[in-house]
Amino acid sequence: MQAEAALGRAGLWFGVLILSIVMAATARDPGFAAHATIIGVVAFVLMWMSAVRFDPMGRARGFFRIPEGPSRYDDDPVRWGVLATMAWALVGMLAGVFIASQLAFPQLNIEPYFNFGRVRPLHTSAVIFAFGGNILIASSFYVVQRTCRAQLAFPALARFVFWGYQLFIVLAASGYLFGVTQSREYAEPEWYVDLWLTIVWVAYLIVFVGTLARRTEPHIYVANWFYLSFIITIAMLHIVNNLAVPVSLNGSLSFSAFAGVQDALTQWWYGHNAVAFFLTVPFLAMMYYFVPKQAERPVYSYRLSIIHFWSLIFLYIWAGPHHLHYTALPDWAQTLGMVFSVILWMPSWGGMINGLMTLNGAWDKVRTDPIIRMMVMAMAFYGMATFEGPMLSIKAVNSLSHYTDWTVGHVHSGALGWNGLISFAAVYFLVPRLWKRERMYSLRMINWHFWLATLGIVFYAASMWVAGITQGLMWREYGADGYLVNSFAETVAALHELYIIRAVGGAMYLAGAVIMGFNVWMTIAGRLREEAPMGAMPAYDSDKDRPLAGSAIPEPAE
Amino acid sequence: MADKRIDEATGTPTVGHEWDGIEELDTPMPRWWLWTLYLTIVWGVVYVVLYPAWPLGDRATEGVLGWSSRGELAEEMSVVDQARTTMREELARIPVERLPENSELFAQAVAGGRSAFQVHCSQCHGSGAAGSQTLGYPNLNDDDWLWGGDLKAIEYTLVNGIRAPGVDDTRTSIMPPFAGAFERSQLDALVNHVLSLDGRGTSSSAGAQTYRDNCSACHGAAGEGNRELGAPRLNDAIWLYGNSPADIRAQILEPRMGRMPHWSGRLDPVTIKMLSAYVWSLGGGEELVEVAENPTVEVDAEP
Repeated sequence: MQAEAALGRAGLWFGVLILSIVMAATARDPGFAAHATIIGVVAFVLMWMSAVRFDPMGRARGFFRIPEGPSRYDDDPVRWGVLATMAWALVGMLAGVFIASQLAFPQLNIEPYFNFGRVRPLHTSAVIFAFGGNILIASSFYVVQRTCRAQLAFPALARFVFWGYQLFIVLAASGYLFGVTQSREYAEPEWYVDLWLTIVWVAYLIVFVGTLARRTEPHIYVANWFYLSFIITIAMLHIVNNLAVPVSLNGSLSFSAFAGVQDALTQWWYGHNAVAFFLTVPFLAMMYYFVPKQAERPVYSYRLSIIHFWSLIFLYIWAGPHHLHYTALPDWAQTLGMVFSVILWMPSWGGMINGLMTLNGAWDKVRTDPIIRMMVMAMAFYGMATFEGPMLSIKAVNSLSHYTDWTVGHVHSGALGWNGLISFAAVYFLVPRLWKRERMYSLRMINWHFWLATLGIVFYAASMWVAGITQGLMWREYGADGYLVNSFAETVAALHELYIIRAVGGAMYLAGAVIMGFNVWMTIAGRLREEAPMGAMPAYDSDKDRPLAGSAIPEPAE
Repeated sequence: MADKRIDEATGTPTVGHEWDGIEELDTPMPRWWLWTLYLTIVWGVVYVVLYPAWPLGDRATEGVLGWSSRGELAEEMSVVDQARTTMREELARIPVERLPENSELFAQAVAGGRSAFQVHCSQCHGSGAAGSQTLGYPNLNDDDWLWGGDLKAIEYTLVNGIRAPGVDDTRTSIMPPFAGAFERSQLDALVNHVLSLDGRGTSSSAGAQTYRDNCSACHGAAGEGNRELGAPRLNDAIWLYGNSPADIRAQILEPRMGRMPHWSGRLDPVTIKMLSAYVWSLGGGEELVEVAENPTVEVDAEP
């Protein structure tokens, strides 16, 4: 029976392999051929694995020292997700430092594969979807099991979600370098990669909702509201914004279903909600679990969590048009985008208040616990970014800031400060628990990481504020005789030093992530650094970290 | 499950639920937070009444203030236009070569020309009009002119362009490629002769002979150039495509010849006049000496 099943699987992969060879041979453009080749290589490896019943996963598990034996929760996809998070973080941030250096020193543009235009989407997708997406999927699988006191539903599907998502990332990233893009910001992958992500994402929804459905807790914890709204809304945004007609079934090119200003509005409805429902809502979910766990304090206000959750998701979806101020978009749409953005200020801050005030009674831990310190800084940057956002959406401010580096600085104070730091804190929380270690290899290295990251953000954000305002003022500068004073090239030249400072800030942030990679690696290897202690970590009782009695699946998926 | 205890550190009761050890306090929402939220909502309601906001199918509410972004732009532009109307009318009337006589108008034209230059010309000639020797874009700050540096000549170049395809009156000339025409030693001698014209290196009789036979018809016996043909001057230190022996050799064998688009039809005559004044004012502008005695436009019309 087993041999037959293995043969059947091998046959299936053989079919995929043949199909991808045909696709590669008949492809209308080299990018599509390259993607068909990638699929073919994956299919060949899987076929070979099925045929010889070779289990490289067993070896990989040994290499990454993934704990053996039955566990109470299905944490394997979480472990792989944490490893992928670390790897993609380094790739994405390295790409970021590279393109920041290209802006300061254009000679670094390596034609054609590594010019700014191709590496920039590689950077944004790698940090948002690869680094951010992996920690979101991994942490949601971890949190939903704990807060529902139930194992993951559909373990095989959960594994498909993880590996399928990695394939999406590889196809997207390689496509950018080959020049395959539909030129929609944060949605650059072409139609066939979009279709694949849709399949993966629906599987993710099924696993998550399935796990919620089998919970043994009477109520759904607030973190899971946020995760669920993230999964559902991203599916909706992704599908609508990527509606397109492929030119052919064996070529990468497609054309959007929308045209003109409708197209722009659809794109920015998607684009802003990528910020909202990818970079805000699910990261708040992480905050709602990891901050009270690490601080060992109750969440500050249940009522606030309800009101700010519903107001946040109701208002955010309308805010996109503020990206199109002073364009062909009709005035009424611009007005609504701005009004919803400004009203969004307090709902956004509700999350920060609930996170920060959870530390009431435990503020001393900011002094002793570097993970708490990271979380507090993350929430502070979240608060700053969500104040700056509504401010920039006001038309009078936007007329100065639009198209300038101020926007870039704003995005990065949110991305590096909020998304990055809260993700790092979550990884530092998760790794010792997932690999059953006493603590991280070194707490002092977490502290180093904290300071490098924080200073890096300060360099980055401050230089971009100055650069953005300089640009905005130079672009609109009229002389006494009534004519524009500066050419565009002059405004670019004026920013050179600021671009260098930005690259330095990014490099510091990357250096912190490298230290983290080393720290995680040593923790997984089972080492403990001998160092002066920094303060107690929260108590962790592995016996209690299990589903409630009677709810467990008899045979753990591992 | 509802186990509402009082949290010791804050003295606040919990809601009574617990998830994986996480409890929630029943703290009321901060008043300042709630009131600020209400305030932004009230502000939003007022704003959507004042400004265009609600879609009604084929149109939208216009707002009590009657504001529109197009209206605002039109208003600002009309203010600026009005301020400039007199100046533009005067500029339209005056022939470009007489512009320097009216110093106030000339200053206005230079300012407007600079602004237009930054938008339309700086891509090739550079924001400081210094051009690029490696790319072959002429420096406009010096007094070396390929086609003439008085106001009329500059305006003519702007209107008709240089080697602009499809423009009848464009300035045009061709330097023939000499690849394969010379022996190696002959070519070296010629390059040395050209170098000697601006005082570098020494010429030989063979080099001078080759130059006389092949180059002097356009570039002049002493390399003084010919503006009617757009043949560059070779006896100065200014070189469009580089001054090294290798650069000069390359230009003899496979000559590069630049193009400049024509701006008539793309820019209005007044803007072109302002651009002429700006380029003329950069430092190398020449007086139009012949105009008094010989007012024909032969210099310009004959390439």
